[in-house]
Amino acid sequence: MWYFNSPQIVFGEDALCRLEELHGRQAFIVTDANVQHLKLDQRVQQRLERAGIPSVVYAGVEPDPCLDTVRSIAAAMTEAKPDWIIGLGGGSCLDAAKAAWLLYERPDVDPAAINPFDTFGLRAKARLIAIPTTSGTGSEATWAVVLTSCEEQRKLALGARELLPDIAIVDPALVASLPPAVTADTGLDALTHAIEGYTSTWRNDFSDGLCLKAVQLVFDYLPRAFHNGGDVEAREHMHNAAAIAGLGFGNSMTGLAHAMGHALGARLHTPHGRAVGLCLPYTIAFVARIEPDRYDDLARVLRLNVDEAGQGAAALIAALGRLQQALCEPASLAELPLTRQSFEEHLPHMLANAECDSDLVTSPRVPDHDQLQRLFECAFEGKPVDF
Amino acid sequence: MSIPFASDAWIKALQAELNQSQSYQESARNWEGDFYFVITLEGGAPPVYLYMDLWHGECRDAYAVENPGALSPEFVIEAPFATWRKVVEKKLDPIQGLVMHRLKLKGPLIKVLQAPMAAMNLVQCCTHIDTEWPSAEMVPAGLAV
Repeated sequence: MWYFNSPQIVFGEDALCRLEELHGRQAFIVTDANVQHLKLDQRVQQRLERAGIPSVVYAGVEPDPCLDTVRSIAAAMTEAKPDWIIGLGGGSCLDAAKAAWLLYERPDVDPAAINPFDTFGLRAKARLIAIPTTSGTGSEATWAVVLTSCEEQRKLALGARELLPDIAIVDPALVASLPPAVTADTGLDALTHAIEGYTSTWRNDFSDGLCLKAVQLVFDYLPRAFHNGGDVEAREHMHNAAAIAGLGFGNSMTGLAHAMGHALGARLHTPHGRAVGLCLPYTIAFVARIEPDRYDDLARVLRLNVDEAGQGAAALIAALGRLQQALCEPASLAELPLTRQSFEEHLPHMLANAECDSDLVTSPRVPDHDQLQRLFECAFEGKPVDF
Repeated sequence: MSIPFASDAWIKALQAELNQSQSYQESARNWEGDFYFVITLEGGAPPVYLYMDLWHGECRDAYAVENPGALSPEFVIEAPFATWRKVVEKKLDPIQGLVMHRLKLKGPLIKVLQAPMAAMNLVQCCTHIDTEWPSAEMVPAGLAV
């Protein structure tokens, strides 16, 4: 027995108009300074005004939001008493909105204890809308939340089924001015979601098709969106790809690249998409040694040249390398850049954090301590994984 | 020789497996916490309680419990016999089982969420035991406390 969860997804040109159809008395927008600088929050507020819904904006979400930020947002929500909560921004804003919403509804809960095993009884006070302004996180279509324990310098991969947004608004106009580097980083996040969602041990018939489609869209449109931000068609397909990948992995989970990427991001503050995208080729090589079939499927979908069964992973890794190069993305930790000394200082912490990451649970092959260390070593040096 | 599931001998066999598993010891090196594994049975028979004391990669004690009220372990995981069988035979991912509420967990969840590899390795050790599966109704009679 398993569930398939999805918000109502409103996508395409003018999807933001969905806000004009809302019924409610007060909205609370969770976003960051960059989104505010681009005045995207004002666009949302204007739509809400047309629906007769006043709104307040909290624009203090930092990249990789920490537990205290979530508590502050929840306190502001308690004061504003919204019946609609709107997460507007990249993954950090959407995840902060989800977690703060839970605390607003359930002030007794510790945000680090958000878990998929309990029932929290959400939606007594408000409902959630997620509006991504990057094409990668997929958080608009999942019940996952990633927060950071600043004290422990550790990312917490959390989630609760009730945290799935009620509505996801996937409007390509909101990503039209995304800078190339952010386009690349977030696009690799979407790709990692799709590939890991397809290979996860919790994969299922319902998530498979979504993950495959998202992989195809990213390979077809991410280089175009990166090289020409004004390519409206590419922007729209990439924005859809991120939501589709979210829907896919949100129902099948991710894996080892995310466990390593979270550990990397928490220590080095590498953008999430860059971190998981960098780890992905190494983890594919590691997992494919015991489970190559799924990578053969992915290679077929991408029309890569594969003569024999079992060669899909190698072809996929090569294709990822070409994509990383086209996007000017680092292929190793050393290229981040990171010195050997700094890597060795961070390594014990990264190992400990990756071993505690819940995304490991759904990796088809789980490394032991030594193998994980060797994976980080390979990722540092850009060395092929042969174990 | 196969050992009846949910018996004292079975939980002691698991203790032995854990204590010789390098993977478990490594992944659970920071773990502190004891468990009741509660197996509920069909037909109104009382549930079976198995106790395990897990401490920094070592299983310090393990036995079938006659008087569950005598102990108050930090964690309690409860599921029907058939669900436990699926977990032990690796047909059901225990974390997936918890998400779907097919296994019920009481205790500080944060600790469990931060030890996914220890949980996986513990289940892996269960699969190493040559387990005899009596019918659910027969389990109480098969207990060798």
